[in-house]
Amino acid sequence: MDATFFLNVTSAGLLTGLVYGLMALGLSVIFGVMRVVNFAHGDMMVVAMYAAFLLFTKLGIQPVPALPLVAGGLFVLGYLLQRLVINRFLGATEHIQFLLLLSIAIIITNGVLMVFGPDARNIQLDASFESYSVGPLVLDKVRVIAAITAGGVAALLWAFFRYTTTGTAIRACADNPVGARVVGLNVEQLYAVTFGIGAACVGAAGCLLLLLVDVHPHLSSDYTLLGFIIVILGGLGSLGGALLGGILVGLSEALSGVLIAPSLKSMFSFGLLILVLLLRPQGILGKKP
Amino acid sequence: MSAAALLSGRGPRLLLALLAALVAAPLGVGDYALSILIAVLLQAYLGMSWNVMMGFAGQFSLGHALYVGLGAYASGTLFVHFGTSPWIGMLAGMAVSAAVGSVIGLLGFRFKVMGVYFALLTIAFAEFTRVLFDHWGWVGASSGLVLPVTNRASDDLWLLRGSPTMFYYLILAMTVGGFLFSRSLLMRRIGYYWQAIRENEDAADALGIPVFRCKMIAVAVSAAMTSIGGMFIAFFSNNLFPESIFSMHRSLELILGPIIGGVGTLFGPILGAVLLTAMGEAFTLMGETIGIDGVKQIAYGVCLLVILILKPGGVWPWLRTRFGLDGGGK
Repeated sequence: MDATFFLNVTSAGLLTGLVYGLMALGLSVIFGVMRVVNFAHGDMMVVAMYAAFLLFTKLGIQPVPALPLVAGGLFVLGYLLQRLVINRFLGATEHIQFLLLLSIAIIITNGVLMVFGPDARNIQLDASFESYSVGPLVLDKVRVIAAITAGGVAALLWAFFRYTTTGTAIRACADNPVGARVVGLNVEQLYAVTFGIGAACVGAAGCLLLLLVDVHPHLSSDYTLLGFIIVILGGLGSLGGALLGGILVGLSEALSGVLIAPSLKSMFSFGLLILVLLLRPQGILGKKP
Repeated sequence: MSAAALLSGRGPRLLLALLAALVAAPLGVGDYALSILIAVLLQAYLGMSWNVMMGFAGQFSLGHALYVGLGAYASGTLFVHFGTSPWIGMLAGMAVSAAVGSVIGLLGFRFKVMGVYFALLTIAFAEFTRVLFDHWGWVGASSGLVLPVTNRASDDLWLLRGSPTMFYYLILAMTVGGFLFSRSLLMRRIGYYWQAIRENEDAADALGIPVFRCKMIAVAVSAAMTSIGGMFIAFFSNNLFPESIFSMHRSLELILGPIIGGVGTLFGPILGAVLLTAMGEAFTLMGETIGIDGVKQIAYGVCLLVILILKPGGVWPWLRTRFGLDGGGK
């Protein structure tokens, strides 16, 4: 194992990590604003991956151009879920919210299972077999495309929260829901939009991840856990934190896979999570509560 | 409370009738029905164990499969490698689980990891252990640990080798024991301390309740109780795989019963286990009739959602007030 090999593994982990980060952004946004832990996150991810799979196999639309469609679809799903079901549980205790989202997760995963069956599916693009060479570095073309797109979507999201009126209003709700209501904001509407945005992030991440991995219905709980690990590493509610957490997990998965054993990679992610929870519970970039 | 007071009221009388029916059950039901009853009682027992920590003391654990697995592996490995009786293995499992639970509690409570974060910490420890056991050769790693099964003329209660009827009475005794133990906990000082902490930790602290110590006791007691359920699973099913015994799926399944039945109540975990198993069986039948994968779980999920929307506090508290079942059964 030489330096070039390590460099390649590291850069692949870094690029995959950006896509993970985008997925975790959705979780972070929803928790940051509503204090709801979305236990159906991985299930939404799997729905998005199958949607991208269908668009490619039936209509021939590649995952990157399909991204706005899938993200839009997931936005509607998230918006309706919040409006119709989750909204009435906002003040409920944690274990009730948890069970609520778990039942939603069970329904979504098995809906997917019913439609698509239990087999793993993947897509083959022409780009799947191409790569870029930068000096000694060899990067898969699809991985580079996925990572750049993920970065782009994250930047868009940051700009949305920073510069638009709706984005500012959502931040106001996150800071002080009562105050937001007092100044006349429609908090329910904004919460539904926030849940929609969180779901749309997952939609986008799902499209991009389909370029890199196979999809099957039972991936959902793995992605839910992965999402939690990432946001807690980076700091819940912090956009940069989610991306940083994603990159860290991507790197740790890639490196522990080649250095020790691929089957041990999740142990390292959980080990990292335990360490961060104990040493810096607010996450690496999170603010002290 | 005197024995006479215990037996007065509609609730306790119904409870005794239920117990009598359960004791007589193996005489009247077939093998299949008996296996269902064992599943219900096991779920009820594990739900009660989790309920001590969450329902009584308000500490949310999503990783109780960890203690199930430790209890199962402690008694299972001792039996396979040394022929030790599961009763001694059970004590070892309880000690290990209580110790691990205390470590998680110590870290979590000292570093002020609370609520959802604490729940995620418990998941992280359970998953970490699952992968660890998957790679630990002495306990069989990912190919699992198989307990030797031999044909015997009679049940061996010391080594827990025997018929389903023996296991049925064992889990029935565990459930009754768990119920009485939970009840006695709630009536002691520690039970009142726990409930005070559950309702308002800062207020409890201000009143001089030793919050940290009480929470540690809750985790240790709940973990030790759960590990006995693990010992039962090991000797009843005769094979252990880290993938299934430590799985997050098990942790989730374990807490569904008490939440549906009523968190913090004594009878809630039992009622929840009955309801969930009834739902599961009904929907399996329905799924087989329709013949499509996944229909069963969707119906199950929808049912959970409906119960949650209609009765967020659980079914038992509602039933209790509706039918005046107050009394010893809480």
